[in-house]
Amino acid sequence: MRPFDYQRAEDTAAARTASRAGATILAGGTNLLDLMKLEVMAPERVVDISRLGLNRITEKDGGLHIGATVTNSDLAADMRIRRDYPVLSRALLAGASGQLRNKATTGGNLLQRTRCPYFYDTGTACNKRTPGEGCAAIGGELRNHAILGTSEHCVALHPSDMAVAMRALDAMVEVEGEDGTRREVALDDFYRLPGDRPDIETTLAPGDLITGVTLPAPLEGRQQYRKVRDRASYAFALVSIAAIVRMEDGRIADATLAFGGIGTRPWRDPEMETLLKGERPSAALFAKAADVLMRHAAVHPGLEFKLTLVTRLLSATLEEMTE
Amino acid sequence: MTLDLKIDNPDPSHRPDDLAQGVLGTETDRPDGWAKVAGSATYAAEETVGDLLHGVLVRAPGIGAVTCPNLSDVRAMPGVRAVLRDDRLIRNAAQGMADEAPVQGADAADYVGQPIALVVAESFEQARHAAQVLDVVIQTKDAPTDPSAVDPEVPDDKQSAMGDLDAAMAEAAVTVDAIYTTPSMSSAAMEPHAATAQWDGDTLTLRGSLQMLKFNRNELADSIGLPPEKVRIMAPFVGGGFGSKLGISADCVAAALAAMELGQPVRVVQHRRNVFEVNTRRSETRQHIRLAADADGRLTGLGHDALVSNLPEERFSEPVVQGSHFAYAAANRKLGVQIARIHRPASGSVRAPGESVGVTAFELAMDELADKAGIDPVELRLRNIPEKDPESGKPFSSHRLKEALTQGAEAFGWSARTAAPRQRKEGEWWIGTGMAAAFRVNMVIEAEARISLRQDGAVVRSDMTDIGTGSYAIFGQIAGELLGLSPDRVSVELGDTDYPPGSGSGGSFGAASTGTAVWLAGMEIRRQLAERLGCDETELTLKDGLAIFSNRRVPLEELLCDGPIDGHGHVQPGDASEKVRQATFGAHFAEVAVNGVTGEVRVRRMLGSFAAGRILNPRTARSQCHGGMIWGIGMALTEELTHDRRDGHAVNRDLAGYHLPVNADVPPLDVLFVEERDDWAGPMQAKGIGELGICGAGAAILNAVYNASGARVRDLPATPDRVIATLPD
Ligand SMILES: Cc1cc2nc3c(=O)[nH]c(=O)nc-3n(C[C@H](O)[C@H](O)[C@H](O)COP(=O)(O)OP(=O)(O)OC[C@H]3O[C@@H](n4cnc5c(N)ncnc54)[C@H](O)[C@@H]3O)c2cc1C
Repeated sequence: MRPFDYQRAEDTAAARTASRAGATILAGGTNLLDLMKLEVMAPERVVDISRLGLNRITEKDGGLHIGATVTNSDLAADMRIRRDYPVLSRALLAGASGQLRNKATTGGNLLQRTRCPYFYDTGTACNKRTPGEGCAAIGGELRNHAILGTSEHCVALHPSDMAVAMRALDAMVEVEGEDGTRREVALDDFYRLPGDRPDIETTLAPGDLITGVTLPAPLEGRQQYRKVRDRASYAFALVSIAAIVRMEDGRIADATLAFGGIGTRPWRDPEMETLLKGERPSAALFAKAADVLMRHAAVHPGLEFKLTLVTRLLSATLEEMTE
Repeated sequence: MTLDLKIDNPDPSHRPDDLAQGVLGTETDRPDGWAKVAGSATYAAEETVGDLLHGVLVRAPGIGAVTCPNLSDVRAMPGVRAVLRDDRLIRNAAQGMADEAPVQGADAADYVGQPIALVVAESFEQARHAAQVLDVVIQTKDAPTDPSAVDPEVPDDKQSAMGDLDAAMAEAAVTVDAIYTTPSMSSAAMEPHAATAQWDGDTLTLRGSLQMLKFNRNELADSIGLPPEKVRIMAPFVGGGFGSKLGISADCVAAALAAMELGQPVRVVQHRRNVFEVNTRRSETRQHIRLAADADGRLTGLGHDALVSNLPEERFSEPVVQGSHFAYAAANRKLGVQIARIHRPASGSVRAPGESVGVTAFELAMDELADKAGIDPVELRLRNIPEKDPESGKPFSSHRLKEALTQGAEAFGWSARTAAPRQRKEGEWWIGTGMAAAFRVNMVIEAEARISLRQDGAVVRSDMTDIGTGSYAIFGQIAGELLGLSPDRVSVELGDTDYPPGSGSGGSFGAASTGTAVWLAGMEIRRQLAERLGCDETELTLKDGLAIFSNRRVPLEELLCDGPIDGHGHVQPGDASEKVRQATFGAHFAEVAVNGVTGEVRVRRMLGSFAAGRILNPRTARSQCHGGMIWGIGMALTEELTHDRRDGHAVNRDLAGYHLPVNADVPPLDVLFVEERDDWAGPMQAKGIGELGICGAGAAILNAVYNASGARVRDLPATPDRVIATLPD
């Protein structure tokens, strides 16, 4: 770990000022500290935002505002979340372990870095760590890697479960900019595709602080989060689906589907959702939806199984939710 | 006085059954349990030492000649006291019982991850940062890292054949001919390897995390160039080893060299990521298994050919077919192990080397045979139990496979099973059951122990380790039983090379080997007590601090008023193994659920029945079996150390990436012990239990996966993608 300065911010202005001056924000630290120990991230300064009072969940415009430092445990247990946004509660509880969720925060979870083992290994090349260095993962051992949104420079997966559910819920990220003004960014516009700069993961500007996440008014319909993983708990998703489906007269009135485990960011495909809308559920329809979802998949050796797995999981999830 | 025993012959006296204290064989608590849960038991990196310096190992990021261009800059960094690039650094941990230094050198790396330097600084943080800053440049050399890409060695002494297997296969009514693979695995013991070394200008004292101190002392002395008498090693508490701490490890040698150079105590703790690389892994295996049987399922031929790997110059090779030599009768046999010399991290002994992966694959094949022949899997095993060792013709010292199978089947409710796969479904989940037999060779190795009987109780001493297994508890019970003391009046002191050399912990031989030495030491004290009382040892009853014979009752305190009585025990293996084949046996049963959509597997319950001679403490024995069975879950479903296809490095080298089973993966586990007295197993008739529980456990799970879902997974572990790939439509 490189020696660093630690500062605890007393208000958001102080946090922004520090962040603009090059400090890295420290929330729960469950990801940042690991990366600092390995010197994958080596900030000279960190600013701790745990005392900013951003740990509240409040009602807002028929929806909810979730403070950036609300922990994953508290969020999953909140009665309003469990009742109106069960997909989010389930996604959170499917992630990490009880101890980690007690520390992990909403903002930190959105910004957690990839779990690509080559990113963690400073003995190998990684464009996300050092732009232009090359990618040791491509041509290496791939499992927790993406098949959608990749580039020749990076196949790293966005590992979050929470963000997948939030993507399905059309959540907005609340950001306080350098000058103190607040703005809301749709999750769709929040994460960047890697392209030739996989080190730049979001559209946040230096000095931006995430202050919270807004959930719009609850959607009608059934909600489900399904996650396939290599062991029963404490493992990242091989494939996951956050689904919100509303039926009308035996037809799919609305289907909102977000995916984890396959994309360089939490994945949604409007074309696929449109395809489902207004249709009667059938195995053929679900198979077609999977084909649409996978139409741009770039499958490196070792990841072929994800095509099968996502197809099976999508069909089973839709079948269950449309019956 | 020393009581010596060489195990040449059976001992039918069953003395433990005549003794009066009644503690041997009971569920005695671990005396070290409280200290462990309260945190007062210090592990290797927890000892408080003044003036301590911290060392961090630096790994090679490639294979080839190593240079460190910024060495002098790093030496000048704040707090840095030394950067050791010493030729005596070891390449990888020594193999079990090596008794000498492993391959040494820091000028070139033979595998990615090899420690090539030690950075020593005043704080751990300074050392870690400097280690990261040290530039390690590799002149990459071409080195094979894929076992299937090289011509393997075919050592003569690892090949054997009887009869004509090809002919047996051609003539058989039913055959199985399949290839099974298991990946590299890591012990991943909870306590990372760590050492604190102190040098007083004459003697090196090392607090380590090690399993076999008498060998480790010689290995360390040889590595650093000191005579063994000048090296003392202590390891009173060890947080798991599973074979990875059998031999001296890189942290120990580096800490010792640094302490000697700097004249100050040095601690080196392996980073969790080092643990997966610089200690020995379980080799990946490729196993070709052939079975030939008549229509009744009686084996006429069996073949088991394995390919394993190791680094150049390592003497160990995973003895995959060890269990297959004696498991089943068959007149035509071919067994062999081939070794690919490649540049992955070294492989070595990991819990039940040989049988853990060999029996597991073989029992998968047996299940395929049962299915093809239409014979119940338990019945198939029963029909193939050999009457004598199938290859040497020697009798078995004791053989309780039949009882393990039948008692286990009964307790599990095996008869309720449906033989055909895919018969029971709950929602998306297919439910089924499977079983496998368990086999493990039994070993005794030389061991010594001393007991001092004093007025306030007894003290047992040996350099034997307790790696979480229960040595402390068991030796207290043995001494207490012989000397008529409750275990709380026996204090057991272990893990110090100043004490008599025990067996060390390995190969399941600890309790039976060092335990027998403790037994002999106790017997010697009984002999001296009897002499003082003028009676024969066998007439003497010792119970609750009293010596009783004829109608006299004498408090032990009285007999000891002139001072303590010491007894020294020394056991050696004799020629028993030339006369009989000795092993432990068991059976595993599992019920699983297989998700028909996602291929995920959940184990719903497991039962193991085991025969391992006299069970000295059912609680610690059960705990060993639980550990083995849980590892079976890992082997079957989750554990795989992945090697990069280009340079062989261990890719997923942390506990988030290397998937050990977590609580949610482990269902209720039942263990039952089959009553057994093996007269060839020394005066206590006790055999090893520590490794039996893992042998075949994974096969029971995968056989249940087949029974549940029809998916036959031959490449372990059965992760969701592999299950889906073999799931019938
Ligand atoms: C072993 C393990 C298993 C895990 N398994 C899962 C899993 O199955 N599913 C899953 O979804 N996650 C999993 N996680 C990841 C876990 O969810 C994240 O580590 C956690 O959510 C990060 O939150 P944090 O508050 O600790 O972030 P930190 O580590 O404090 O920060 C993470 C990043 O976010 C930035 N940051 C934090 N807050 C803000 C803010 N308000 N504004 C701007 N920037 C900010 C930091 O600068 C840093 O770059 C796992 C983690 C571990 C260690």
